[in-house]
Amino acid sequence: MQAALYALPVLFLTIFYLYPLLAILRVSFGASLAEAMEQVSAALRSPGFWRVLWFTTWQATVSTLLTVLVGLPLAGVFARFDFPGRGLMAALLTVPFVMPTVVVAPAFLALIGRNGLLNAWLQRLFHLDAPPIQLEQTIWLILLVHVFYNVAIVIRTVGGFWSTLPPTLAEAAAALGASPRRRFWTVTAPLLAPSLVAAGLLVFLFCFTSFGVILILGGLRFATLEVEIYRQAVSYFNLPMAAFLSIVQLVFTFTIMALYTRVQARLSRTLRLRRRAFARRPASWRQWAVVGLALAATWIGVLSPLLALAVRSFTLGDGGPTLLYYQMLGENLRQSAFFAPPITAVRNSLVYALATLAISLPLGVIAGYALTQPRSRWAAILDPLLLLPLGTSAVTLGFGYIVAMGPLRVSPWLPPVAHSLIALPFVVRTFLPALRALDRRLREAASTLGADPFRRWWTIDAPLLLRALLIGAAFAFAISLGEFGATLLIARPDRPTMPMVIYRALGQPGLMNYGQALAMSTILMVITAVSILLIERFRLPQGEEF
Amino acid sequence: MLEVRAIHKRFAPDKEVLQGVSLTVEPQEILCLLGPSGCGKSTLLRIIAGLERADQGQVLLHGSDITETPTHRRSVGLMFQDYALFPHLNVAENIAYGLRMQGVSVAERRRRVEEMLALVNLEGYANRSVDDLSGGEQQRVALARTLAPNPTLLLLDEPVANLDRLLREELLEALRRILKHLQVTTIFVTHDQEEAFALADRIAVMRAGRLEQVDAPAALYRRPANTFVAAFLGFRNLLPILEWRDAYTVCTPIGAFSLPVPSAARSATGFRLLIPPDAAVLDSAPSSATYVPLVGRVIDATFRGSVFRLQVALKENEKDDNVLYFEFRTRGREVLPAQGEPVQLWLDVAQLCVVQEG
Amino acid sequence: MFAQRHVWNSLRWRLHGARIWLHRLYRGPLLGALLVAALLAGCQPLTSPTPAETATPTPLVLASHDSFNISEEVLARFEREHNVSVQVLTLGDTGTALNKVILSKDAPLADLFFGVDNTFLSRALAADIFEPYESPLLAQIPDDLEMDPQHRLSPVDYGFVNLNADREWFASRGIPLPERLEDLTDPTYKGLLVVQNPATSSPGLAFLLTTIDYFGEDGYLDFWRGLKENDVLVTDGWSEAYFTHFTVGSGGAGDRPLVVSYSTSPPADVVYATDGRTEPATVNVFPPGSAFRQVEFVGVLKGAAQPELARRFIDFMLDVEFQSDIPLQMFVYPANPNATLPELFVKFAQVPPDPVIFDPAAIEANRERWVQAWVELMTQ
Repeated sequence: MQAALYALPVLFLTIFYLYPLLAILRVSFGASLAEAMEQVSAALRSPGFWRVLWFTTWQATVSTLLTVLVGLPLAGVFARFDFPGRGLMAALLTVPFVMPTVVVAPAFLALIGRNGLLNAWLQRLFHLDAPPIQLEQTIWLILLVHVFYNVAIVIRTVGGFWSTLPPTLAEAAAALGASPRRRFWTVTAPLLAPSLVAAGLLVFLFCFTSFGVILILGGLRFATLEVEIYRQAVSYFNLPMAAFLSIVQLVFTFTIMALYTRVQARLSRTLRLRRRAFARRPASWRQWAVVGLALAATWIGVLSPLLALAVRSFTLGDGGPTLLYYQMLGENLRQSAFFAPPITAVRNSLVYALATLAISLPLGVIAGYALTQPRSRWAAILDPLLLLPLGTSAVTLGFGYIVAMGPLRVSPWLPPVAHSLIALPFVVRTFLPALRALDRRLREAASTLGADPFRRWWTIDAPLLLRALLIGAAFAFAISLGEFGATLLIARPDRPTMPMVIYRALGQPGLMNYGQALAMSTILMVITAVSILLIERFRLPQGEEF
Repeated sequence: MLEVRAIHKRFAPDKEVLQGVSLTVEPQEILCLLGPSGCGKSTLLRIIAGLERADQGQVLLHGSDITETPTHRRSVGLMFQDYALFPHLNVAENIAYGLRMQGVSVAERRRRVEEMLALVNLEGYANRSVDDLSGGEQQRVALARTLAPNPTLLLLDEPVANLDRLLREELLEALRRILKHLQVTTIFVTHDQEEAFALADRIAVMRAGRLEQVDAPAALYRRPANTFVAAFLGFRNLLPILEWRDAYTVCTPIGAFSLPVPSAARSATGFRLLIPPDAAVLDSAPSSATYVPLVGRVIDATFRGSVFRLQVALKENEKDDNVLYFEFRTRGREVLPAQGEPVQLWLDVAQLCVVQEG
Repeated sequence: MFAQRHVWNSLRWRLHGARIWLHRLYRGPLLGALLVAALLAGCQPLTSPTPAETATPTPLVLASHDSFNISEEVLARFEREHNVSVQVLTLGDTGTALNKVILSKDAPLADLFFGVDNTFLSRALAADIFEPYESPLLAQIPDDLEMDPQHRLSPVDYGFVNLNADREWFASRGIPLPERLEDLTDPTYKGLLVVQNPATSSPGLAFLLTTIDYFGEDGYLDFWRGLKENDVLVTDGWSEAYFTHFTVGSGGAGDRPLVVSYSTSPPADVVYATDGRTEPATVNVFPPGSAFRQVEFVGVLKGAAQPELARRFIDFMLDVEFQSDIPLQMFVYPANPNATLPELFVKFAQVPPDPVIFDPAAIEANRERWVQAWVELMTQ
């Protein structure tokens, strides 16, 4: 029974990930293996290939380190302090996740571009002739935007875990003479390590396979493996080469993931997790200052580009405030057969996102338990395997679905399945550190009190792990809301989701289209923030709040 | 040594957990903060440790104001109820942690850890993982960790509350022996009066954010400042005073008693008469003139090992005010009085005292 | 202020109520059942098609790229006439969509595929996925648009990739619009141009091909070296170039007044204007040899479930009604000259004088080498 349950995530991954992947690899290499091998060896000898591989790894590593560096202090502030608007802010931090790069890039440039707000302001302040910040098409802008997109992973994964750490540990260290900094390095950081590694893993994978960000903001000088795969697969239809590169990317990510997950498992400790988050009002002006600083940084770095985007959706064009773009979203200007009023797109997106939750949450929970089984032989494989979909080229997998999925190819249920593949690592990664830290004795106590395994889970595990699970759920939901499935799967233009409406609008020139894309993006932003607020508000009904 | 002046602390506008607490602790003294849960004793301890900020008031250590000093510069040792052992460090690393923070050399650290392990009877445990320890062992490691850096002041927050009774008594004795041996000034927080009696040089009883009484255990036991303290110490016989016949004589629902010393309190209301449970003997009249006879009926008798307890009704109706609780030596007694059986008691009026209501 | 607070409070109460409600359901198996039911109910519109009015229409599946569009009315007429329901699947950008169709040739996704352009024509024909069909309407279509003598693919529309410029930007600065491609490497135009990556974008590839045609295989890289030194900006797709960096498209946020786009972008700028402008803010610039003609084709897929209906649909696509619908739906020119062009097209969507018409076979044969060389140069 238990084994059958644990087999579910494996089965899911096998059917919806491994099978299509192997199918496309077989088709790719099938034609002429010898010729393929020749190409491969040529690729291995070319400096270009190694340059791309090096750059991909390098930028992912640096982006991850930077994101952790920026996210960690913010995670601390969110974990330890309660301040007005904390929940809303946490929800907003997840919004970048759903934002298409096409609409985010202009928002960034509007702020820090050559003609951007910040430059204009600095120029006026210091009477400069040239804009002082020139980040366009530099690696710095790529790194900055990677931090923007991924900092929420660190803040929420680490912060969520942090808030359930017993505060007495740091207090004990303080009483033993440890200054705040040493407290952090000798006690808090080692205890946070599993969740830090988890967050790092996800950020690394996202940056490793980064596609749009690199090209939009970095220009051509910075090509990643993912770009190279797209080029080989789509532009040249050189499937053997694309397959080879996909395998390189997979082997690479699998190795790194296997290493990381091993480290993460070893770092885990049994802790007395707190039932509820420990967050208090800042008690001194110094604490208020820390919180204020963190909030200011968050506003400037993450929220102001989003706000700039929203403002543009109301003012684009002549500069005066307007609701035009929102009104026009509801009007079928060119009598298109594929027009859908915004409410339909919102509904479609929400239905997909709910379905994604319904798939990825149970599977993630089951996978988490399978991974924490003592002496589980396949945990070492399953753990990195769960992460692999994030490290797989979307084009390759999309082709795999076409080859392998038969009549399912056109099923409306396929998008949530694909979204779940991406969401699953998030659910598992956020859930696992908390699960591993859960004190075994609590379950034993419940058993002795007569709780059957399910009741035991529902009354002990679930409430204690809920916070971690909700964070995973928030990510899963956001991923589904923002995912643009057309690259991966088959889209039905008559059933558009919010991102599809945005992309369709951006397919034609004209401010009206652009404005509508911005308007839809703003709606997407609001829907995401509200959904996540609602998810986070959910509590298992045993708490004091009832 | 330690002085706490008029500490106020509020967690919410309507929730003032400390309402002006002042306290001094003498060098080498073991002071116990005793009170029911929620009385503010742990908060006071956390304020002394610097983990909580007082809204008003000061904390002075060796005469210098440390109210604003952060915890890690206070040189106070704090042991938590859940021990807060660092799960990522082994036993030796846990104990050495405070020394590491002081920059003590590795060799000295090792020596000191061995010394501490010997002190708490855990030789050979140095490389154990803290997850593998029993509750008692964890408690001792926590104590060793707290003591290792030689804190000026030791703060113990319900250090034995999580342990079973036998272990608790054993550890309390060990604790007192160690604390006295090291001559370390200690504040000990508990809600259990037995623990307080076993360990403390002085006991400070707290209630709802205020100190009710600070006294040595024996004095506290003999002269509780008010009925709250008395009740908290376990006294159950607190009879209402109906009237004062004169400075020596009080009337209660079960009769009038002449006190050995005149009481300053002459008003009938606001006071109760405290009869300690060991103030009576059974059956045979003692020779001392301070004993007066009482006749009652047994409501309940319970065997408690070296003593047994009787619940005695002194009048026909068994109203609370008519029932007294007594303890007698078990020695020399084959059977306990049966329920409903009449008993003859001799009460030592020298042990009675008048306690303010509060 | 108070009203807001009131709303907020009532919202919180409702949330609280919802939680109590959940609490009550909590112990029973009801919650699970309800969740499933809610999910299924929510998905209802996704899984069940709208009820048929008359006899069940035959389904016809059209696969395309994500820019395909058609008027509701026009499509509905075809559906009524032939009692079919047309299901459109979009499979990604042009290259991705074609590759998906090729990969699924053993079990076709659709009955017909629209969206092969001349840069992918050779690949599509080599993959042998289309059935020949010579529509009678081909007679109305100019011969130079037909590129497959076996009529496996029929031309539906065509357009031009060329430079667009911010008229106002150049006028106000007194800078002349570039007259020759070589001008773009002149310091006057430093930092003004944004183009697309030919490896990931179809206009990007088109523009690269024009430079190969104009400068020759030996010379195009030198030109690009000059562009690189002149601070050309490269994005991966058209949307990013146009809406993020092009001064007109971005509503003033971008700083590039020259972009590689389409000759039909100016009329789109008017159609989708928000200020009621009658003149486009962007103009076509046609330095000699800088415009590339793209032709889009449709074909019946081998193994189609409804080959006959698919052929009818091709006739319908080539006929005047659909052809007249093309300009304002997809912003390209109809292949059929009998179609009516909207006035805006006539006025602002100029046809370049000497468009580059590239041999599809040469594109397919050299694409990888050319693009590779370009990438090497630009990433050095």
